[in-house]
Amino acid sequence: MSIDTTPHDQGMKGWLTSESPESRFHAQMVQLYAGWQSLVANRLAFLGFMIIVLLVLVAIFAPLLATHDPSIQNLKATLLPPFTDGHILGTDDSGRDIWSRIIYGSRITLFIVALVAFTAPVFGLLVGTVSGYLGGWVDTVLMRITDIFLAFPRLVLALAFVSALGAGIENAILAISLTAWPPYARIARAETLTIRNSDYIAAIQLQGAGRLRIILGHIWPMCMSSLIVRVTLDMAGIILTAAGLGFLGLGAQPPSPEWGAMISSGRQFIHDHWWIATMPGLAIFIVSLGFNLLGDGLRDILDPKKAQS
Amino acid sequence: MPSSENMMSKQTPIALDIQSLNVYFGEGHERFRAVKDVSISVAAGGSYGLVGESGSGKSTVLRAVSGLVTNWDGTVAVNGEPISKKREMAYCRTIQMVFQDPYASLHPRHSIDRTLSEPLRLHKFDNIDDRVNQALVDVGLGASFRFRFPHQLSGGQRQRVAIARALMLEPDILLLDEPTSALDVSVQAEILNLLSDIRKKRQLTYILVTHDLAVVAHMCDEIAVMSHGEIVEVMGVETMRDSKPQHEYTRELLEASEGYQPEA
Repeated sequence: MSIDTTPHDQGMKGWLTSESPESRFHAQMVQLYAGWQSLVANRLAFLGFMIIVLLVLVAIFAPLLATHDPSIQNLKATLLPPFTDGHILGTDDSGRDIWSRIIYGSRITLFIVALVAFTAPVFGLLVGTVSGYLGGWVDTVLMRITDIFLAFPRLVLALAFVSALGAGIENAILAISLTAWPPYARIARAETLTIRNSDYIAAIQLQGAGRLRIILGHIWPMCMSSLIVRVTLDMAGIILTAAGLGFLGLGAQPPSPEWGAMISSGRQFIHDHWWIATMPGLAIFIVSLGFNLLGDGLRDILDPKKAQS
Repeated sequence: MPSSENMMSKQTPIALDIQSLNVYFGEGHERFRAVKDVSISVAAGGSYGLVGESGSGKSTVLRAVSGLVTNWDGTVAVNGEPISKKREMAYCRTIQMVFQDPYASLHPRHSIDRTLSEPLRLHKFDNIDDRVNQALVDVGLGASFRFRFPHQLSGGQRQRVAIARALMLEPDILLLDEPTSALDVSVQAEILNLLSDIRKKRQLTYILVTHDLAVVAHMCDEIAVMSHGEIVEVMGVETMRDSKPQHEYTRELLEASEGYQPEA
Protein backbone atom coordinates (compact mmCIF):
# COMPACT_ATOMS: atom_id res chain seq x y z
CA MET A 1 0.00 0.00 0.00
CA SER A 2 2.91 2.28 0.61
CA ILE A 3 4.54 1.51 -2.71
CA ASP A 4 4.78 4.47 -5.00
CA THR A 5 3.73 3.25 -8.41
CA THR A 6 4.50 6.36 -10.45
CA PRO A 7 7.90 6.00 -12.07
CA HIS A 8 10.29 8.81 -11.30
CA ASP A 9 11.04 11.09 -14.23
CA GLN A 10 14.64 11.74 -14.87
CA GLY A 11 16.44 14.94 -13.99
CA MET A 12 15.45 18.22 -12.42
CA LYS A 13 11.86 18.32 -13.59
CA GLY A 14 11.17 14.86 -12.25
CA TRP A 15 12.71 15.84 -8.95
CA LEU A 16 10.58 18.98 -8.79
CA THR A 17 7.31 17.23 -9.57
CA SER A 18 7.92 14.16 -7.42
CA GLU A 19 4.84 12.70 -5.73
CA SER A 20 6.81 11.45 -2.75
CA PRO A 21 9.46 13.95 -1.72
CA GLU A 22 12.35 12.56 0.27
CA SER A 23 13.17 15.46 2.55
CA ARG A 24 11.69 18.60 4.01
CA PHE A 25 13.67 20.73 1.53
CA HIS A 26 12.53 18.58 -1.38
CA ALA A 27 8.88 18.94 -0.31
CA GLN A 28 9.22 22.72 -0.16
CA MET A 29 10.81 22.83 -3.60
CA VAL A 30 7.97 20.73 -5.03
CA GLN A 31 5.42 23.11 -3.50
CA LEU A 32 7.28 26.15 -4.85
CA TYR A 33 7.56 24.66 -8.31
CA ALA A 34 3.83 23.88 -8.42
CA GLY A 35 3.09 27.48 -7.41
CA TRP A 36 5.49 28.80 -10.03
CA GLN A 37 3.83 26.70 -12.71
CA SER A 38 0.36 27.96 -11.92
CA LEU A 39 1.73 31.52 -11.93
CA VAL A 40 3.23 31.04 -15.38
CA ALA A 41 0.01 29.44 -16.61
CA ASN A 42 -1.96 32.53 -15.57
CA ARG A 43 -0.81 35.04 -18.19
CA LEU A 44 -2.11 38.25 -16.66
CA ALA A 45 -0.70 37.37 -13.26
CA PHE A 46 2.60 36.56 -14.89
CA LEU A 47 2.55 39.92 -16.66
CA GLY A 48 1.97 41.60 -13.29
CA PHE A 49 4.77 39.53 -11.80
CA MET A 50 7.12 40.58 -14.61
CA ILE A 51 6.25 44.26 -14.03
CA ILE A 52 7.18 43.90 -10.36
CA VAL A 53 10.40 42.08 -11.25
CA LEU A 54 11.16 44.87 -13.71
CA LEU A 55 10.55 47.46 -10.98
CA VAL A 56 13.00 45.66 -8.71
CA LEU A 57 15.61 45.39 -11.48
CA VAL A 58 15.23 49.05 -12.40
CA ALA A 59 15.66 50.03 -8.75
CA ILE A 60 18.78 47.88 -8.40
CA PHE A 61 20.40 49.02 -11.64
CA ALA A 62 19.25 52.66 -11.45
CA PRO A 63 22.78 54.12 -11.84
CA LEU A 64 23.27 52.12 -15.04
CA LEU A 65 19.90 52.96 -16.58
CA ALA A 66 19.81 56.64 -15.73
CA THR A 67 21.24 58.94 -18.38
CA HIS A 68 21.69 61.91 -16.08
CA ASP A 69 22.08 62.68 -12.41
CA PRO A 70 18.51 62.91 -11.07
CA SER A 71 19.10 65.96 -8.89
CA ILE A 72 21.47 68.12 -10.94
CA GLN A 73 19.71 71.18 -12.25
CA ASN A 74 20.41 72.69 -15.61
CA LEU A 75 18.64 75.99 -15.98
CA LYS A 76 19.67 76.27 -19.64
CA ALA A 77 17.65 73.16 -20.49
CA THR A 78 14.38 73.53 -18.60
CA LEU A 79 11.03 72.18 -19.78
CA LEU A 80 12.48 70.34 -22.76
CA PRO A 81 9.98 68.04 -24.53
CA PRO A 82 10.73 64.29 -24.77
CA PHE A 83 13.53 63.14 -27.09
CA THR A 84 15.47 66.39 -27.20
CA ASP A 85 19.17 66.68 -26.45
CA GLY A 86 19.38 63.14 -25.10
CA HIS A 87 16.60 63.65 -22.58
CA ILE A 88 14.40 60.60 -23.35
CA LEU A 89 11.40 61.90 -21.44
CA GLY A 90 12.31 65.57 -21.48
CA THR A 91 13.24 67.76 -18.54
CA ASP A 92 11.29 69.48 -15.77
CA ASP A 93 11.15 73.09 -14.71
CA SER A 94 14.63 72.91 -13.15
CA GLY A 95 16.15 71.20 -16.15
CA ARG A 96 16.42 67.79 -14.44
CA ASP A 97 16.13 64.73 -16.64
CA ILE A 98 12.70 63.15 -16.08
CA TRP A 99 13.74 59.66 -17.25
CA SER A 100 16.56 59.54 -14.70
CA ARG A 101 14.32 60.89 -11.97
CA ILE A 102 11.71 58.22 -12.65
CA ILE A 103 14.42 55.52 -12.61
CA TYR A 104 15.75 56.70 -9.26
CA GLY A 105 12.17 57.27 -8.02
CA SER A 106 11.54 53.54 -8.40
CA ARG A 107 13.89 53.03 -5.44
CA ILE A 108 11.71 55.23 -3.26
CA THR A 109 8.56 53.51 -4.45
CA LEU A 110 10.04 50.08 -3.77
CA PHE A 111 11.26 51.23 -0.36
CA ILE A 112 7.74 52.40 0.54
CA VAL A 113 6.11 49.24 -0.78
CA ALA A 114 8.54 46.90 0.94
CA LEU A 115 8.36 48.64 4.28
CA VAL A 116 4.59 48.90 4.33
CA ALA A 117 4.21 45.32 3.08
CA PHE A 118 6.33 44.00 5.94
CA THR A 119 4.85 46.05 8.75
CA ALA A 120 1.13 46.67 8.29
CA PRO A 121 0.04 43.12 7.29
CA VAL A 122 2.17 41.48 9.99
CA PHE A 123 0.73 43.77 12.65
CA GLY A 124 -2.80 43.32 11.30
CA LEU A 125 -2.34 39.56 11.19
CA LEU A 126 -1.14 39.50 14.78
CA VAL A 127 -4.03 41.63 16.06
CA GLY A 128 -6.62 39.72 14.02
CA THR A 129 -5.51 36.20 14.88
CA VAL A 130 -4.96 36.91 18.57
CA SER A 131 -8.35 38.58 18.73
CA GLY A 132 -10.12 35.80 16.85
CA TYR A 133 -8.42 32.93 18.64
CA LEU A 134 -8.57 34.18 22.22
CA GLY A 135 -12.02 35.74 21.95
CA GLY A 136 -13.66 37.27 25.02
CA TRP A 137 -12.54 40.67 26.26
CA VAL A 138 -9.28 40.55 24.29
CA ASP A 139 -11.35 40.29 21.12
CA THR A 140 -13.63 43.13 22.17
CA VAL A 141 -10.79 45.51 23.04
CA LEU A 142 -8.68 44.78 19.97
CA MET A 143 -11.60 44.96 17.56
CA ARG A 144 -12.91 48.24 18.97
CA ILE A 145 -9.43 49.75 18.49
CA THR A 146 -9.51 48.43 14.95
CA ASP A 147 -12.93 49.99 14.46
CA ILE A 148 -11.63 53.36 15.59
CA PHE A 149 -8.80 53.21 13.05
CA LEU A 150 -11.19 52.05 10.34
CA ALA A 151 -13.54 54.95 11.01
CA PHE A 152 -11.04 57.49 9.62
CA PRO A 153 -10.50 57.92 5.90
CA ARG A 154 -7.02 56.56 5.26
CA LEU A 155 -5.49 59.60 3.62
CA VAL A 156 -6.86 61.97 6.24
CA LEU A 157 -5.49 59.85 9.07
CA ALA A 158 -2.14 59.56 7.28
CA LEU A 159 -2.14 63.34 6.87
CA ALA A 160 -2.77 63.76 10.58
CA PHE A 161 0.07 61.38 11.48
CA VAL A 162 2.49 63.02 9.06
CA SER A 163 1.71 66.49 10.29
CA ALA A 164 2.18 65.31 13.86
CA LEU A 165 5.41 63.44 13.13
CA GLY A 166 6.83 65.87 10.60
CA ALA A 167 7.04 65.61 6.82
CA GLY A 168 9.40 63.09 5.26
CA ILE A 169 9.44 59.74 3.54
CA GLU A 170 9.99 57.66 6.71
CA ASN A 171 7.12 59.32 8.51
CA ALA A 172 4.95 58.95 5.42
CA ILE A 173 5.64 55.20 5.46
CA LEU A 174 4.93 55.02 9.17
CA ALA A 175 1.68 56.91 8.68
CA ILE A 176 0.62 54.64 5.82
CA SER A 177 1.40 51.53 7.87
CA LEU A 178 -0.52 52.87 10.83
CA THR A 179 -3.56 53.40 8.65
CA ALA A 180 -3.23 50.23 6.55
CA TRP A 181 -3.31 47.50 9.21
CA PRO A 182 -6.99 47.50 10.32
CA PRO A 183 -8.42 45.80 7.19
CA TYR A 184 -5.81 43.04 7.56
CA ALA A 185 -6.78 42.57 11.18
CA ARG A 186 -10.41 42.20 10.11
CA ILE A 187 -9.61 39.63 7.44
CA ALA A 188 -7.33 37.68 9.75
CA ARG A 189 -9.94 37.63 12.51
CA ALA A 190 -12.68 36.43 10.16
CA GLU A 191 -10.40 33.65 8.90
CA THR A 192 -9.39 32.72 12.43
CA LEU A 193 -13.02 32.39 13.52
CA THR A 194 -13.64 29.82 10.80
CA ILE A 195 -10.43 27.94 11.61
CA ARG A 196 -10.35 27.94 15.41
CA ASN A 197 -13.01 25.28 15.85
CA SER A 198 -11.72 22.94 13.18
CA ASP A 199 -10.55 19.46 14.05
CA TYR A 200 -6.91 20.05 13.20
CA ILE A 201 -6.75 22.86 15.74
CA ALA A 202 -8.52 20.63 18.29
CA ALA A 203 -5.96 17.92 17.56
CA ILE A 204 -2.97 20.15 18.26
CA GLN A 205 -4.69 21.49 21.39
CA LEU A 206 -5.04 17.92 22.62
CA GLN A 207 -1.35 17.44 22.05
CA GLY A 208 -0.60 20.20 24.47
CA ALA A 209 0.41 23.07 22.20
CA GLY A 210 0.25 26.54 23.72
CA ARG A 211 -1.79 29.43 22.37
CA LEU A 212 1.16 31.22 20.81
CA ARG A 213 2.30 28.11 18.96
CA ILE A 214 -1.22 27.46 17.67
CA ILE A 215 -1.68 31.05 16.50
CA LEU A 216 1.73 31.37 14.82
CA GLY A 217 2.19 27.84 13.55
CA HIS A 218 -1.31 26.70 12.75
CA ILE A 219 -3.57 29.68 12.22
CA TRP A 220 -1.14 32.01 10.44
CA PRO A 221 -0.46 29.63 7.54
CA MET A 222 -4.21 29.39 6.92
CA CYS A 223 -4.63 33.19 6.86
CA MET A 224 -1.61 33.75 4.64
CA SER A 225 -3.13 33.24 1.22
CA SER A 226 -6.04 35.63 1.61
CA LEU A 227 -3.72 38.14 3.25
CA ILE A 228 -1.08 37.97 0.51
CA VAL A 229 -3.77 38.55 -2.10
CA ARG A 230 -5.17 41.48 -0.18
CA VAL A 231 -1.74 43.03 0.39
CA THR A 232 -0.84 42.71 -3.28
CA LEU A 233 -4.10 44.32 -4.31
CA ASP A 234 -3.58 47.06 -1.71
CA MET A 235 -0.07 47.83 -2.94
CA ALA A 236 -1.44 49.96 -5.73
CA GLY A 237 -3.41 51.95 -3.17
CA ILE A 238 -0.34 52.28 -0.94
CA ILE A 239 1.76 53.60 -3.82
CA LEU A 240 -1.03 56.04 -4.60
CA THR A 241 -1.27 57.14 -0.97
CA ALA A 242 2.48 57.66 -0.84
CA ALA A 243 2.30 59.57 -4.09
CA GLY A 244 -0.64 61.55 -2.71
CA LEU A 245 1.34 62.48 0.40
CA GLY A 246 4.25 63.44 -1.85
CA PHE A 247 1.88 65.47 -3.99
CA LEU A 248 0.63 67.33 -0.92
CA GLY A 249 4.23 68.00 0.10
CA LEU A 250 4.03 65.75 3.18
CA GLY A 251 5.89 62.74 1.81
CA ALA A 252 9.27 62.73 0.15
CA GLN A 253 10.78 66.19 0.17
CA PRO A 254 11.48 68.17 -3.04
CA PRO A 255 14.95 67.21 -4.20
CA SER A 256 14.24 63.49 -3.96
CA PRO A 257 12.64 62.12 -7.13
CA GLU A 258 9.47 60.68 -5.61
CA TRP A 259 6.84 60.11 -8.28
CA GLY A 260 3.98 61.84 -6.45
CA ALA A 261 6.13 64.88 -5.69
CA MET A 262 7.15 64.96 -9.37
CA ILE A 263 3.53 65.09 -10.47
CA SER A 264 2.92 67.81 -7.93
CA SER A 265 5.71 70.00 -9.27
CA GLY A 266 4.62 69.35 -12.85
CA ARG A 267 1.06 70.34 -12.09
CA GLN A 268 1.64 74.03 -12.61
CA PHE A 269 2.95 73.44 -16.13
CA ILE A 270 0.40 70.83 -17.15
CA HIS A 271 -1.24 72.92 -19.88
CA ASP A 272 1.93 73.82 -21.77
CA HIS A 273 4.31 71.04 -20.76
CA TRP A 274 2.19 67.92 -20.32
CA TRP A 275 5.07 65.42 -20.03
CA ILE A 276 6.34 66.66 -16.67
CA ALA A 277 3.30 65.38 -14.77
CA THR A 278 2.36 62.62 -17.21
CA MET A 279 5.57 60.59 -17.15
CA PRO A 280 5.71 59.92 -13.39
CA GLY A 281 1.94 59.42 -13.56
CA LEU A 282 2.47 56.67 -16.14
CA ALA A 283 5.11 55.08 -13.92
CA ILE A 284 2.66 55.00 -10.99
CA PHE A 285 -0.01 53.62 -13.30
CA ILE A 286 2.20 50.80 -14.63
CA VAL A 287 3.45 49.69 -11.22
CA SER A 288 -0.05 49.84 -9.70
CA LEU A 289 -1.37 47.83 -12.63
CA GLY A 290 1.39 45.28 -12.11
CA PHE A 291 0.47 44.80 -8.45
CA ASN A 292 -3.21 44.57 -9.28
CA LEU A 293 -2.69 41.94 -11.98
CA LEU A 294 -0.42 39.92 -9.70
CA GLY A 295 -2.91 40.18 -6.83
CA ASP A 296 -5.77 39.00 -9.00
CA GLY A 297 -3.72 36.08 -10.25
CA LEU A 298 -2.52 35.16 -6.77
CA ARG A 299 -6.11 34.98 -5.63
CA ASP A 300 -6.69 32.24 -8.18
CA ILE A 301 -3.42 30.49 -7.43
CA LEU A 302 -3.55 30.59 -3.64
CA ASP A 303 -7.23 29.76 -3.23
CA PRO A 304 -7.05 26.96 -0.64
CA LYS A 305 -10.21 25.33 -1.91
CA LYS A 306 -8.66 24.92 -5.31
CA ALA A 307 -5.40 23.69 -3.86
CA GLN A 308 -7.16 20.99 -1.87
CA SER A 309 -9.05 19.46 -4.76
CA MET B 1 -15.32 -14.80 27.70
CA PRO B 2 -18.38 -12.57 27.86
CA SER B 3 -17.19 -9.11 28.44
CA SER B 4 -19.65 -8.36 31.21
CA GLU B 5 -17.69 -10.80 33.37
CA ASN B 6 -14.52 -8.97 32.44
CA MET B 7 -15.96 -5.80 33.78
CA MET B 8 -17.11 -7.41 37.00
CA SER B 9 -13.74 -8.90 37.84
CA LYS B 10 -11.95 -6.77 40.39
CA GLN B 11 -8.47 -7.50 39.03
CA THR B 12 -8.72 -5.36 35.93
CA PRO B 13 -7.96 -1.74 36.80
CA ILE B 14 -10.33 0.91 35.55
CA ALA B 15 -8.68 3.09 32.91
CA LEU B 16 -11.42 5.66 32.60
CA ASP B 17 -14.14 6.28 35.15
CA ILE B 18 -16.79 8.87 34.43
CA GLN B 19 -19.31 9.61 37.18
CA SER B 20 -22.45 11.71 36.70
CA LEU B 21 -21.01 13.82 33.92
CA ASN B 22 -23.05 16.81 32.82
CA VAL B 23 -21.98 18.92 29.86
CA TYR B 24 -23.50 22.32 29.16
CA PHE B 25 -23.59 24.55 26.14
CA GLY B 26 -24.38 28.24 26.36
CA GLU B 27 -24.74 30.50 29.35
CA GLY B 28 -27.54 31.71 31.64
CA HIS B 29 -31.05 31.15 30.35
CA GLU B 30 -29.71 29.81 27.08
CA ARG B 31 -27.83 27.08 28.90
CA PHE B 32 -28.48 23.68 27.45
CA ARG B 33 -27.58 20.44 29.17
CA ALA B 34 -26.26 18.32 26.30
CA VAL B 35 -25.13 15.41 28.45
CA LYS B 36 -27.12 14.38 31.51
CA ASP B 37 -25.71 12.32 34.37
CA VAL B 38 -23.63 10.03 32.27
CA SER B 39 -21.60 7.44 34.15
CA ILE B 40 -19.41 4.89 32.45
CA SER B 41 -16.33 3.03 33.48
CA VAL B 42 -13.95 1.41 31.07
CA ALA B 43 -11.54 -1.31 32.12
CA ALA B 44 -7.91 -0.93 31.09
CA GLY B 45 -7.42 -2.62 27.76
CA GLY B 46 -11.17 -2.63 27.16
CA SER B 47 -13.08 -1.28 24.26
CA TYR B 48 -16.21 0.63 25.06
CA GLY B 49 -18.79 1.67 22.51
CA LEU B 50 -21.07 4.67 22.77
CA VAL B 51 -23.92 4.49 20.30
CA GLY B 52 -26.89 6.67 19.61
CA GLU B 53 -28.42 8.82 16.95
CA SER B 54 -27.05 12.19 15.85
CA GLY B 55 -27.29 14.80 18.59
CA SER B 56 -27.55 12.29 21.41
CA GLY B 57 -24.46 13.75 23.07
CA LYS B 58 -22.09 10.88 22.48
CA SER B 59 -19.36 12.94 20.82
CA THR B 60 -19.80 15.60 23.49
CA VAL B 61 -18.82 13.05 26.15
CA LEU B 62 -15.54 12.48 24.32
CA ARG B 63 -14.95 16.20 23.93
CA ALA B 64 -15.47 16.73 27.67
CA VAL B 65 -13.13 13.88 28.59
CA SER B 66 -10.46 15.08 26.19
CA GLY B 67 -10.75 18.64 27.49
CA LEU B 68 -11.97 20.28 24.30
CA VAL B 69 -15.21 21.18 26.04
CA THR B 70 -14.66 22.69 29.47
CA ASN B 71 -18.15 23.52 30.65
CA TRP B 72 -18.91 20.30 32.48
CA ASP B 73 -19.29 18.93 35.98
CA GLY B 74 -19.09 15.51 37.54
CA THR B 75 -15.94 13.48 37.99
CA VAL B 76 -13.71 12.01 35.36
CA ALA B 77 -10.90 9.83 36.63
CA VAL B 78 -8.16 8.49 34.43
CA ASN B 79 -6.19 5.56 35.82
CA GLY B 80 -7.72 6.32 39.20
CA GLU B 81 -6.82 9.99 39.29
CA PRO B 82 -9.50 12.64 38.85
CA ILE B 83 -8.62 15.09 36.09
CA SER B 84 -8.76 18.85 36.32
CA LYS B 85 -10.33 20.95 33.63
CA LYS B 86 -7.03 22.49 32.71
CA ARG B 87 -5.12 19.99 30.62
CA GLU B 88 -1.62 19.22 31.69
CA MET B 89 1.13 18.03 29.42
CA ALA B 90 1.17 14.61 31.08
CA TYR B 91 -2.54 14.23 30.40
CA CYS B 92 -1.86 14.68 26.67
CA ARG B 93 0.35 11.63 26.84
CA THR B 94 -2.44 9.61 28.46
CA ILE B 95 -5.42 10.37 26.25
CA GLN B 96 -5.51 11.13 22.56
CA MET B 97 -8.35 11.39 20.08
CA VAL B 98 -9.06 10.40 16.49
CA PHE B 99 -11.56 12.63 14.78
CA GLN B 100 -14.46 11.81 12.54
CA ASP B 101 -13.56 13.53 9.31
CA PRO B 102 -10.01 12.95 8.06
CA TYR B 103 -10.55 15.68 5.48
CA ALA B 104 -10.92 18.22 8.31
CA SER B 105 -8.61 16.87 10.98
CA LEU B 106 -5.26 17.27 9.22
CA HIS B 107 -3.78 20.72 8.80
CA PRO B 108 -4.01 21.37 5.03
CA ARG B 109 -0.78 23.40 4.91
CA HIS B 110 1.36 21.12 7.03
CA SER B 111 3.21 18.16 5.64
CA ILE B 112 2.61 14.75 7.20
CA ASP B 113 6.09 15.08 8.67
CA ARG B 114 5.21 18.26 10.50
CA THR B 115 1.84 16.90 11.68
CA LEU B 116 3.50 13.85 13.19
CA SER B 117 6.67 15.41 14.54
CA GLU B 118 5.14 18.46 16.20
CA PRO B 119 3.69 16.56 19.20
CA LEU B 120 7.06 14.85 19.65
CA ARG B 121 8.86 18.17 19.70
CA LEU B 122 6.27 19.60 22.09
CA HIS B 123 6.87 16.78 24.54
CA LYS B 124 10.64 16.71 23.96
CA PHE B 125 10.85 13.15 22.67
CA ASP B 126 14.13 11.97 21.24
CA ASN B 127 14.76 10.15 17.91
CA ILE B 128 12.04 12.15 16.19
CA ASP B 129 12.99 11.00 12.68
CA ASP B 130 12.88 7.33 13.60
CA ARG B 131 9.64 7.69 15.52
CA VAL B 132 7.87 9.43 12.62
CA ASN B 133 9.03 6.81 10.13
CA GLN B 134 8.06 3.98 12.49
CA ALA B 135 4.63 5.54 13.12
CA LEU B 136 3.96 5.68 9.38
CA VAL B 137 4.99 2.04 9.01
CA ASP B 138 2.80 1.07 11.98
CA VAL B 139 -0.32 2.46 10.35
CA GLY B 140 0.51 0.77 7.06
CA LEU B 141 1.64 3.79 5.07
CA GLY B 142 5.42 3.70 4.96
CA ALA B 143 8.10 6.35 5.06
CA SER B 144 7.52 7.50 1.47
CA PHE B 145 4.42 9.35 2.69
CA ARG B 146 6.37 11.41 5.16
CA PHE B 147 6.83 14.60 3.18
CA ARG B 148 3.52 14.64 1.40
CA PHE B 149 0.68 17.00 2.10
CA PRO B 150 -2.83 15.91 3.09
CA HIS B 151 -4.31 16.86 -0.28
CA GLN B 152 -2.10 14.24 -1.90
CA LEU B 153 -3.69 11.46 0.18
CA SER B 154 -6.96 9.56 -0.04
CA GLY B 155 -9.50 9.58 2.79
CA GLY B 156 -8.33 6.25 4.15
CA GLN B 157 -4.68 7.32 4.03
CA ARG B 158 -5.53 10.54 5.80
CA GLN B 159 -7.30 8.64 8.56
CA ARG B 160 -4.23 6.45 8.94
CA VAL B 161 -2.15 9.59 9.38
CA ALA B 162 -4.67 10.87 11.94
CA ILE B 163 -4.38 7.58 13.85
CA ALA B 164 -0.58 7.78 13.66
CA ARG B 165 -0.76 11.32 15.04
CA ALA B 166 -2.92 10.19 17.98
CA LEU B 167 -0.41 7.42 18.71
CA MET B 168 2.70 9.64 18.54
CA LEU B 169 2.57 10.46 22.24
CA GLU B 170 2.05 6.80 23.15
CA PRO B 171 -1.25 7.30 25.00
CA ASP B 172 -3.00 4.62 27.06
CA ILE B 173 -6.49 5.65 26.06
CA LEU B 174 -7.69 6.46 22.58
CA LEU B 175 -10.94 8.31 22.03
CA LEU B 176 -12.39 7.44 18.64
CA ASP B 177 -15.05 9.81 17.36
CA GLU B 178 -16.77 7.96 14.53
CA PRO B 179 -13.42 7.14 12.96
CA THR B 180 -14.88 5.47 9.88
CA SER B 181 -18.12 7.28 9.16
CA ALA B 182 -16.54 9.62 6.60
CA LEU B 183 -14.87 6.79 4.68
CA ASP B 184 -15.83 4.43 1.89
CA VAL B 185 -17.27 1.10 2.99
CA SER B 186 -14.26 -0.77 1.61
CA VAL B 187 -11.83 1.47 3.50
CA GLN B 188 -13.88 1.32 6.71
CA ALA B 189 -12.99 -2.33 7.27
CA GLU B 190 -9.28 -1.63 6.73
CA ILE B 191 -9.28 1.17 9.27
CA LEU B 192 -11.25 -0.89 11.82
CA ASN B 193 -8.84 -3.80 11.43
CA LEU B 194 -5.91 -1.43 11.83
CA LEU B 195 -7.45 -0.05 15.02
CA SER B 196 -8.05 -3.57 16.37
CA ASP B 197 -4.48 -4.62 15.60
CA ILE B 198 -3.04 -1.53 17.24
CA ARG B 199 -5.14 -2.08 20.35
CA LYS B 200 -3.95 -5.66 20.65
CA LYS B 201 -0.33 -4.72 20.06
CA ARG B 202 -0.19 -1.75 22.39
CA GLN B 203 -2.84 -2.79 24.94
CA LEU B 204 -4.77 0.42 24.48
CA THR B 205 -8.13 1.30 25.90
CA TYR B 206 -10.67 2.44 23.33
CA ILE B 207 -13.77 4.51 23.66
CA LEU B 208 -15.53 4.41 20.37
CA VAL B 209 -18.38 6.68 19.45
CA THR B 210 -20.46 5.69 16.49
CA HIS B 211 -23.95 5.35 15.15
CA ASP B 212 -22.99 2.26 13.21
CA LEU B 213 -23.94 -0.80 15.25
CA ALA B 214 -21.95 -3.13 13.00
CA VAL B 215 -18.80 -1.19 13.90
CA VAL B 216 -19.50 -1.53 17.63
CA ALA B 217 -20.27 -5.21 17.28
CA HIS B 218 -16.91 -5.63 15.56
CA MET B 219 -14.83 -3.48 17.88
CA CYS B 220 -16.31 -3.33 21.37
CA ASP B 221 -16.88 -5.57 24.37
CA GLU B 222 -19.34 -3.28 26.05
CA ILE B 223 -21.84 -0.81 24.73
CA ALA B 224 -23.73 2.12 26.16
CA VAL B 225 -26.72 3.40 24.24
CA MET B 226 -27.33 7.12 24.46
CA SER B 227 -30.45 9.05 23.66
CA HIS B 228 -31.08 12.76 24.27
CA GLY B 229 -27.95 13.13 26.38
CA GLU B 230 -28.67 10.18 28.67
CA ILE B 231 -27.48 6.62 28.77
CA VAL B 232 -30.57 4.47 28.36
CA GLU B 233 -28.90 1.10 28.42
CA VAL B 234 -25.56 -0.55 29.00
CA MET B 235 -25.05 -4.01 27.60
CA GLY B 236 -22.42 -6.50 26.63
CA VAL B 237 -21.74 -7.13 22.98
CA GLU B 238 -23.33 -10.60 23.21
CA THR B 239 -26.65 -9.10 24.27
CA MET B 240 -26.56 -6.84 21.27
CA ARG B 241 -25.65 -9.60 18.86
CA ASP B 242 -28.55 -11.67 20.18
CA SER B 243 -30.83 -8.65 19.77
CA LYS B 244 -32.07 -8.93 23.35
CA PRO B 245 -31.93 -5.38 24.62
CA GLN B 246 -33.97 -4.27 27.62
CA HIS B 247 -34.85 -0.77 26.57
CA GLU B 248 -37.38 0.16 23.93
CA TYR B 249 -35.09 2.75 22.32
CA THR B 250 -32.28 0.22 21.91
CA ARG B 251 -34.67 -2.18 20.24
CA GLU B 252 -35.67 0.50 17.75
CA LEU B 253 -32.04 1.31 17.11
CA LEU B 254 -31.25 -2.35 16.48
CA GLU B 255 -34.19 -2.74 14.14
CA ALA B 256 -33.22 0.39 12.27
CA SER B 257 -29.70 -0.92 11.85
CA GLU B 258 -30.99 -3.90 9.93
CA GLY B 259 -32.03 -1.54 7.20
CA TYR B 260 -35.28 -1.33 5.32
CA GLN B 261 -37.38 -4.46 5.66
CA PRO B 262 -40.23 -4.91 3.23
CA GLU B 263 -43.38 -6.17 4.94
CA ALA B 264 -44.44 -9.79 4.55
